[in-house]
Amino acid sequence: MTANGNKPKFAMYWAASCGGCEIAVLNIHEKILDVDANFDVVFWPVAMDAKYKDVEAMEDGSILLTLFNGGIRNEENEHLAKLLRRKTKILVAFGSCACEGCIPGLANLCPVGEIVQTAFNTISTDNPHGIYPRTSYDVPEGELHIPKLAPILRPLDQVVDVDYYMPGCPPESHQIAAVVDLVIKVVRGEAELPPKGCVIGVGDSTVCDECPRARNVKSITEFKRIQDVAPVDPTLCLLEQGIPCNGPATRSGCNARCPNVGAQCIGCYGPAEGVLDYGARLISAFASVIDAKEPEEIERILDGIPDPVGQVYRFNLAGSLLKANMDAWRVKAG
Amino acid sequence: MTERIGVYVCHCGTNIAGVVDVAEVSRWAGEHLAGQGVVVSRDYKFMCSSLGQELIQKDIKELGLTRVVVAACSPHLHEKTFRNACASADLNPYLCELVSIREQDSWVHTDKSAATDKAKAIISGGVARVAHHEALEPLRVPIHPATLIVGGGIAGIQAALEIADAGYRVYLVEREPSIGGHMAQFDKTFPTLDCSACILTPKMVDAGNHPNITLLTWSEVVKVDGYVGNFAVTINKKARYVNEELCTGCGICWEKCPWKVTDEVFEAGLGKRKVIYVPFPQAVPKYPVIDAENCAYFLKGTCKACEKFCPTDAIDFTQKDEQITVEVGNIILATGYDLFDVRRIPQYGYGRLPNVYTSLEFERLSNAAGPTGGNIVLRDGKTVPKTVGIVHCVGSRDQNYNPYCSVICCMQSLKFAHLVHERTGAEVYNFYIDMRTPFKDYEEFYQRLLAEGTHFVRGKVAEITDFARTPEEEGRMIIQVEDTLIGKQRRIPVDMVILSAGLEPRQDAKEVGKLFGLACGTAGWFIERHPKLDPVATMTEGIFIAGCAQGPKDIPASVAQGAGAAARVLGKIQQKEISLEPVRASINEQQCSGCRICNGLCPFNAILFHEDRMVSEVNPALCQGCGTCVAACPAGAISGTGFSNEQILSQIEGLLLVNVNGKTTEAVPA
Repeated sequence: MTANGNKPKFAMYWAASCGGCEIAVLNIHEKILDVDANFDVVFWPVAMDAKYKDVEAMEDGSILLTLFNGGIRNEENEHLAKLLRRKTKILVAFGSCACEGCIPGLANLCPVGEIVQTAFNTISTDNPHGIYPRTSYDVPEGELHIPKLAPILRPLDQVVDVDYYMPGCPPESHQIAAVVDLVIKVVRGEAELPPKGCVIGVGDSTVCDECPRARNVKSITEFKRIQDVAPVDPTLCLLEQGIPCNGPATRSGCNARCPNVGAQCIGCYGPAEGVLDYGARLISAFASVIDAKEPEEIERILDGIPDPVGQVYRFNLAGSLLKANMDAWRVKAG
Repeated sequence: MTERIGVYVCHCGTNIAGVVDVAEVSRWAGEHLAGQGVVVSRDYKFMCSSLGQELIQKDIKELGLTRVVVAACSPHLHEKTFRNACASADLNPYLCELVSIREQDSWVHTDKSAATDKAKAIISGGVARVAHHEALEPLRVPIHPATLIVGGGIAGIQAALEIADAGYRVYLVEREPSIGGHMAQFDKTFPTLDCSACILTPKMVDAGNHPNITLLTWSEVVKVDGYVGNFAVTINKKARYVNEELCTGCGICWEKCPWKVTDEVFEAGLGKRKVIYVPFPQAVPKYPVIDAENCAYFLKGTCKACEKFCPTDAIDFTQKDEQITVEVGNIILATGYDLFDVRRIPQYGYGRLPNVYTSLEFERLSNAAGPTGGNIVLRDGKTVPKTVGIVHCVGSRDQNYNPYCSVICCMQSLKFAHLVHERTGAEVYNFYIDMRTPFKDYEEFYQRLLAEGTHFVRGKVAEITDFARTPEEEGRMIIQVEDTLIGKQRRIPVDMVILSAGLEPRQDAKEVGKLFGLACGTAGWFIERHPKLDPVATMTEGIFIAGCAQGPKDIPASVAQGAGAAARVLGKIQQKEISLEPVRASINEQQCSGCRICNGLCPFNAILFHEDRMVSEVNPALCQGCGTCVAACPAGAISGTGFSNEQILSQIEGLLLVNVNGKTTEAVPA
């Protein structure tokens, strides 16, 4: 991938994320050659060497397309988000972390100090000298800096203006390929971009829409973890079998991959079009179909979901209405 | 901002103005919410008065208001008032928002400055919300002219007769074999000492013969669908094993039936009845029922004496429960009360000491048609008591049981004292906490009892025991009580004790409430729409309550409520159609993926599922806008008119205190 002044510029960056989104992009197989043929890849730390200062030197708005994955957890993430926003025409929040916080966003349940404590001083951590990270450190060569942690993790659009959202943990390869195709067509003047703010690379309904399982009127007397259900009926709606499946609130676009192979949807494609707060929607939907009248019985059934936040906000906590819990909000940055 | 919003802050006399600085709130709204479109803000002593309403109407016309926010009481009370005020000034009534700064603010706070800030926040929320309101038209649906009445006691009978006499169909459902209720069990009624049967049975017969009343005894409501004006009610008619079309009520079957069991219901356990029976001779309808649990034929497969002797072949052992559905526009619940179970107070000895009676047992004992023919005797069936103790407030006005007063016990106890005195000449002691005789001629009755020589001991009975301390206590029961008027403990030996048990909500009141969509108060009685001004209506449109189902009351009050509920129903029927809030749910077909989570939730069965397209749809004619499905839809595909995300979120945002004092309670992370 070499620079070519005539081709539109492409960048991809990872902030607080696992790297899976990058793999997903590579997973579009030979389509990646189209990317190379049509774009000048100017910045993509996972695939090529580039320095921040190179990006800083670019003209504002000179990058056509940036796929930004990962949430904003520290100063460095925020700096790059703002920098790339400035340099980019089309900024895409790429993948669940950038769109809604994803797994790293679950850390918003704890104050930042507690997170550091857990990482550096638990029974399973070997840290005999009690060494904790510092934002600056003197070494013979000079002063070293590491980025300061923010009090909570924020999805990309809580920090900068975002043009498009492409959810998924990670986004499905066929959807990425379709989006790449679309952008190439736009560059060639053969297609138009969708309205700004759109969610792209997705279906227009929920996972249930793509799920082939049979559905009936629901009445649940017990929630069970999938490993405790034997055997799982291969043709019946998983929720009806008492397995808390997030499909009903989750945006379509993945071809219902998980329910198709017998696992419940965990919601990586994020909230469906009409859903404002994903977890609130789900928990109220689950509660609605519980078939019990006595409060104790209802409690017992709900106890079948041992980790409610993990169940309904696994991907969406940082992007939810509440964003974080009270203790995490209260902590000042640092 | 294109909307022109008027804000009207009500003093409600001192109800609001006593705690909230209304002038300041009004000034603030005019100044600080101008950016939101507020063009005028006023406060007034009583916004709901005609002068207050005129104020709003004038502004709508002169200032060209397009939205109105009234900050006053709860929408429950005056939403209609202000909507109508707007409508008569040609502003669509649904463009008016009533926010509560009384129930939700001045009545629940004492800190004036904080309450004033809260009032500002509430108004700020209302202003933010009202901008997103849409002009709506109310829906009009016809009212079915028939009425369902549940419970065939005196309240239910009265209501049924009133409505039937006005020319409309009534379905009167009673779960016992006969109508009549508790009143049919009594001998005399206080304070006039009318014969209970003499005044009740003509009404029962009228109800039984009325061409407009369909009597459904030995029946229970199992399902209620629909809404005001158009309920569909499913009733389970329990198998009588008697064909009502053939039975003449001649009574040969119960004469010939060789099996007797204790009658726990009508005779309160004091008497026996046959296994095929009518509860009492004047029962309406006259058709008996077979008690299948005790019938030899059902238990052992033999007997059939009733069938053999029935002259019209009316006995039908193959009969099954039958479910029927009736369509009605309104429903009256007159389900009555249960007697407090006196066994819950073990120190009063009921069940252990044979001659301790409940009030209902004594009603049967003193009833001329009762098991002893009205002779007041001890359980041995012959001994006439020489001394009788009557204990008031058993299970009532007692923090251990029911804190409330059961209303009827004082007068009932006086009646008992009179009857005992009159029929046996025995010495009678009444043990009371406070004597409560508040209604017409009641106090006079008390004076009469005082004159008759009844002893009144003011004090709560501690214990009733047969453990004698002195020779004269031997073989008798002793009532241990502190006589608070003389400040001494007393032990009074008696031969008979009557426990004037309190009234309790029906054991199944909660389930019945759920069935009809009613709430029960802390004590368990059905909650009326307004305790003073709307005692027979409920928060569920089209469902009324009457008699003891609403709370303890005596016969005149039950009759008055029965008639009152009937008047309310007749008023509705006369309107012929009813205007319904245009608040309805609708499903965005594009976003619905047919997960079917909403399908079983609608209390009005308004949601249908299209198997072919895999989408659900709300039938707007059945939808009542309750919002259950809106909240449940995981895809957010269902929305409710008047409760859009935009409206709710803008109201929440407006409510935030930061709008009022510029301060947030929590630091927002960078």
